[in-house]
Formats: sequence, C-alpha cells, structure tokens
Amino acid sequence: MIPELGQFALILALCMAIILAVFPIVGAARNNSYWMSLALPVARTQFLCLVIAFAALVYAFITNDFSVTYVANNSNTLLPVQYRISAVWGAHEGSLLLWALILGIWMFAVTLFSRGLPEEFVARVLGVMGLISIGFLLFLLLTSNPFERILMAPQEGADLNPLLQDPGLIVHPPMLYFGYVGFSVAFSFAIAAMLGGQTDTSWARWARPWTIISWVFLTLGIALGSWWAYYELGWGGWWFWDPVENASFMPWLAGTALIHSLAATEKRDIFKNWTILLAICAFSLSLLGTFLVRSGVLTSVHAFASDPTRGIFILIFLGVVVGGSLLLYAMRAPAMASIGKFSLISRDTFLLINSVLLVVVMLTILLGTLYPLIIEAMGLGKLSVGAPYFNAVFIPLMIPVTIALGFGMFTRWRKDQWSRIWAKTRTAAIASIVIGGLLTFMLVDSAILKTVAGLSIALWILITSIVSLTTRRKSLTFGFCGMSSAHIGLAITIIGITISSNHSQEVHKRMGPGDRVDVAGHTFELVKISELPGPNYQATEATINVYRNDEMITSLRSQKRNYFARGGMPMTEAGIDPGLTRDIYVSLGEPLGEGDWSLRFYYKPFIRWIWLGALFMALGGILAAMDKRFRLKKTKKSAIILDKDTVLSTT
Amino acid sequence: MNPHRRKLLITATFIVVGVAAATLLGLKAFQENLLYFYSPSQIAAGEAPLTRSFRAGGLVVEGSVTRDPESLIVQFVLTDTIENITVVYDGILPDLFREGQGIVANGNLQADGKFEAFEVLAKHDENYMPPEVADALTKAGVDMSSGKGHLQQ
Repeated sequence: MIPELGQFALILALCMAIILAVFPIVGAARNNSYWMSLALPVARTQFLCLVIAFAALVYAFITNDFSVTYVANNSNTLLPVQYRISAVWGAHEGSLLLWALILGIWMFAVTLFSRGLPEEFVARVLGVMGLISIGFLLFLLLTSNPFERILMAPQEGADLNPLLQDPGLIVHPPMLYFGYVGFSVAFSFAIAAMLGGQTDTSWARWARPWTIISWVFLTLGIALGSWWAYYELGWGGWWFWDPVENASFMPWLAGTALIHSLAATEKRDIFKNWTILLAICAFSLSLLGTFLVRSGVLTSVHAFASDPTRGIFILIFLGVVVGGSLLLYAMRAPAMASIGKFSLISRDTFLLINSVLLVVVMLTILLGTLYPLIIEAMGLGKLSVGAPYFNAVFIPLMIPVTIALGFGMFTRWRKDQWSRIWAKTRTAAIASIVIGGLLTFMLVDSAILKTVAGLSIALWILITSIVSLTTRRKSLTFGFCGMSSAHIGLAITIIGITISSNHSQEVHKRMGPGDRVDVAGHTFELVKISELPGPNYQATEATINVYRNDEMITSLRSQKRNYFARGGMPMTEAGIDPGLTRDIYVSLGEPLGEGDWSLRFYYKPFIRWIWLGALFMALGGILAAMDKRFRLKKTKKSAIILDKDTVLSTT
Repeated sequence: MNPHRRKLLITATFIVVGVAAATLLGLKAFQENLLYFYSPSQIAAGEAPLTRSFRAGGLVVEGSVTRDPESLIVQFVLTDTIENITVVYDGILPDLFREGQGIVANGNLQADGKFEAFEVLAKHDENYMPPEVADALTKAGVDMSSGKGHLQQ
C-alpha cells in the first residue's frame, strides 16, 4: 500500500510540475498576476509530494518490503538500518528520486528566500525549475520507477553493494546532488533573465548566493568522494580520473568559473553573455554527470543497448535542455550586451583569464571522458584514455590560473597599472619561490623540481591571500573573507597534492605472521591474522604493529570482508593511522597459501591537506554567501539599488 | 602602428601562441595515453601492437592461476572461449579477481607471447562484466549481459 502511495505522490508531483511549467511562465509573459501567483503554492505542493514519495521508499527499505523490485535488489534483512536508508540512493532508480527530491528542496528554498524579488522573475524561475522537474519525473516514472513491484516477492534481498556500506557514502551522494541540482537555480535565474529580456545585472546579484552555496555542496561532495575512495578502495589513491569522478569534477570547474564570472557581471556589467553561457554549461554538465554515472552509459556503453528507452530518453532530455537554452541564448543574448569597459590590465581581465582557462580545463576533461564513448558508439573500436593524459593537460593549464589568481587579488577593477601591481606583489613572488625551495629541502628527503614548483605556487596563493586580507583589514566584508578562505583552501589542497603525489612511498609484500618490512623509516610487523564475524559478513583481520626507532607507535588493523548476500563478495578495509603531516596506511591483499598474505604498506605525507583545503574552500563559500550585499531588500520593483561601499570592498 | 594597435597585436599573438601550444600539448598527451582494447582472439591473430601498451581482457580460466612461492608474481590465462592469452603480473590482484571472472589488464605484449600487465582491473560488483570482455565474448558466441560499477585496481 505504501509503495503505491509513493507512486501516486510521484504522479501528483509530475502534475504540479506541469502546472508550474505552464502557468507562471505564460502568466509572466502576459502579465497575468493570477497565473503568476500560482508559482509559489504549486512549487510547495510539488515539494510536499516529493517528500511523501521519498518517505514511502525509505519506509519500504526500513521494513524490508522485498515486493518492491528496487528494495529487493539493493537491500537485505541483515543490512544495518543506517545502510538500509542510504541504500535508498544506492542505485539508479532511488538516486534519481533523490535528485528529484533535492530539486524540490531547492524550489522550496527559492519560494522561501525570494520574497524581495519581482513577482514575474520568481514566476519564471520556478517555471523553469518546473520544466526541469517534468523531465526528471517523466524519466523516473517511464523508465526507472523505484516503486515497481515484483509479482513473487523474494524472502531475502540481494543486499547493497558492500562498497557502499560505509558512513562516508551515506552523506556523499546527497552532498553531490545538492551541488549538482543547486546549479539548476543559477540556470533558472539565467533563463528567467533571458525570458524577461532583462538588460540589467540584478539577476546576477540574486543568482550569486545560490551558485555559491551549490558550489559549496559540490566541493564537499567531491572531497567526501575522494576521501572515501582513499580509505575504502584499499590502495591509497584519492583521485583516479575515473569517468565517474570526472562527471562530478566538470560541473565543479564550470561552477567555479561561473562564481567568478558572476562577480564580474554583477559589479562591472561585463561578461554578461559569457556568464549566462557558464550558467547553462554548469547545469548541463550536472545533468550529463548524473546521467553518465547513473544510467550506466559511461561504464558500459551496452547499457544503452540493453535499455534503449533509457538511453534515448537521456539524449532527448539533454538535447532539450542544452538546445533549448542555447536557442534562447542566441535569440536574447544580443540584446543583453555588456555595458562595462575595461582595459587590458585590470581585475576584469584576470577574472576573464580565470574563467576561460577553467572552461578549457573542463573541455579537456570532457574530451578524455567522452571520446571513448563516441569512438565506440561509431563502431571504431574500444579504447580508454589513461590517467596520464589528464595529469598532462590539467596541471599545465592550472598553473596560469593560480598565477593569475595572486595578481588578480591586487588588481583594481576596470583599469590598473602593471607597475603598481608588480610593486605590491613582487615581494610575495620572490618569497614564495625562495620559501618553496627551502620547504622542499626541509620537508622531504629527495627534492625534485615538481615539488618546488607546486609548493611555490601554493605559497604564492597563500601569501597574496593573507597580504590582501591584512591590507583590507579596515574594510573587511564577509565576501572578501570568503574569497580569501577559498583561495587559502586551494593553496592547502595544492600543498597536499604536491607532497603526497611526489613523495609517497609504497611497498607491496608477501608476508606471514611475524614478518617485518621497512617503509619510509617505519618498521611494520605482521603480528597475526585472525577471523572475525560481522553483521552481514565474515572478516579476516590482520594486526600490524608499526615501529619507529624501535618504539611502537601504533597498531593497525586491516580487514578482508566477505559479504554473505553477494556470494561472498570481498571487500578490503584499510588500517590507517592518520596525521596532519603523514598517514600510515596498511591494507590486506590476498591469501597466497601456506599462511602467507600479500599486504600493501603506504607512507603518505600531507595527504590530509587535500581534503582540509576543500573544507577551507567550503567555509569560504559559506562566508561569501553570508555577505550583506546579498540580503534582499523588500522592494516591489526589480531595481535593487547597489550600495556603493560594498561594491568597492568585496569580490 | 599606434600604441593601442601594437598592444592589441601583442595580445593577439600571445593568445594564439598560447592556445596553439596548449592544443599541441593536449593532443600529444591524448594520443600517447589512448589504450586500445584487444581480445585474446585479436591478439592471437597478431592484431595487437608489440610496441605500445594496450588493454587485454577476458575470463580468467579456472585453475590457471599460479603463484610464485617467494614473491607476488602471479600468472593466469585469459580466454574469450576461442583463444587464450597468458598474463603475468607482479603485484596484488584486486578483491574481485577470481577464476571464471571477467577482468581487464593493462600492459604490454612480450616477445614470448605472454602479456605483462602493469595493472589488473576488476569492477566492484560481483555480477560485473567489463563491457569490452562482454563484447569479446559475444563475438565469440557466448550469451552475455553486463552490469556497472566503480573501477578498482
């Protein structure tokens, strides 16, 4: 009964989305205020319906209702209850429902926080979000219904993929989706501005806090995913340029470019068209990402063939969103030409360099991700693009971004002199290179050029950020603090990436109990291997003592788990001794016979800084979104007056 | 040429050179890092290159896994049910490596006809069949279905 209620709520949500997509938009065009006034209540009803549908699926999982196909495929009576809830979004159908729910949450948030906005603008924004919802809800109902029943309900479910049975994975997908879907708000604002033929930049100001908050979620979501991969996959890697990761990284890059471009558009009335394109791009990439990951198109082109309706639906939906918004762009963009002028040496230019380069980086990743799919779809053979390609293009392209970043913070809007900027940044430039070199010799034994370069770049960002913070200390705004925090976060992440990728040490070794091995000044002793029962698995656990200078510093445990429900599917749980300057990481490999096992030992310096930096970036986003310039004044008219002092003091 | 125009020219030159260099760099890296897939039948037919790395995939033949008693070196046979290829790997196999399972290995073909892998991949789903392997098996006349998952080394 409850699953049918969920199904019904989902259909009702679709009806609401259709009403939302038609009446408020038409009403805004015809200036019919009754039709426009439908937007708020209908959007809220749609949100409520989605909450009910989602709750129904959660209920089905908690009560082990295996008569629902999706539950039977992804849960099990032995599964701990928190994982039964996270199993709701553990596979395709449920994760799409979560997507739809989160879209509903963002719509609800728009209805709450847009009181000060002009009525026709809000009507258009919610109307566009209604249009997006139609696509998703149709996709859910027609091709991926999570409430579908099995005629003969099985006694036991197939269990959740053991890899996903982890606390990190409870939070990671919702975070990522809040980020992805959040870009739909910026997208809807841009579309609404074009629909309304808005020639001013007020929409950019309204869109900024929404974009920043979405970006915060996406940043945290990606960082969580990377951290999870690090401790859960059992071989110490934190980024693999896997298509699934690229799918989340591309919207992040576009979103980062969008945040910077929005700032320029709002303050200086420049790059208007470019900003709109970026808003379309960020959301389209989010859509692409969701579908690539969840439809199985990416990992297996055969998913296309095995379920042609899904594949075709995806292509049509993407086509409608991208094609429709670009068509609108082509029609309306000429009328929205930017007014602001700027000279070559100006903050405007630096922001342009930043966003163009980020888009180029995104395109190179897109090429590497989609090329194998296209080649295979055309029947030209099967291939894959290796991680070295991504490193080879990503790193050189990011170097000018980081260098421009430091100069940009000291450069004035509109027009500046190179001599003035250089006078302010000269010391920082020299200091970062010198300290970068010194730190390399102090921190690591084998100094290499890559480390010096990476640390110098990180220090350049760090020093320029801190100096610009201190020179501004009299007129600090939340916006400026946020920017500085995010940039400092980037510097921290670069330090982590540089040191951990160039100076990690690893040893793979065959060992029996009592055997020892030396890695990076630490001695590891395999003490014992024992059997350990778990709730839905049986584990083999290795106990490893770690010594430094003959003194035991820690005892690590790594498990090899065999999950019952999935035919004894094996999983590795790594043993990690975390630290700010280094992680010690041990993972159990495979039994080799005669009581011997293969083991992996890693020494990973500064690896935590990668995720620590992401936290600073997220904090920066939160601070920036709190800036008082984004607080809406209660006005009826669309003209919201810029207050001059904040314009000058924030970024 | 007035100063404004000269500045414009310098900027334009700078951008063109920059874009050209980046494109060249990117395409070179791209070309070098393409890994083509070859099935055991294709390798047996001599289609696979001897000079560059590629991906080989198939089902691990039951009972074919042999380990060196001293080190981590392991040897196994991959099949697409028509032809076989012997793979040598010095390292720890992924959790989901099992006899009878479909896997993909990245590596080089040696002069002795063995495939020396530097990476062995299995998807993290026990029902998973790498699409390349599924395709190779289908071509060899085996009925297949595919799944999805995260790559694991």
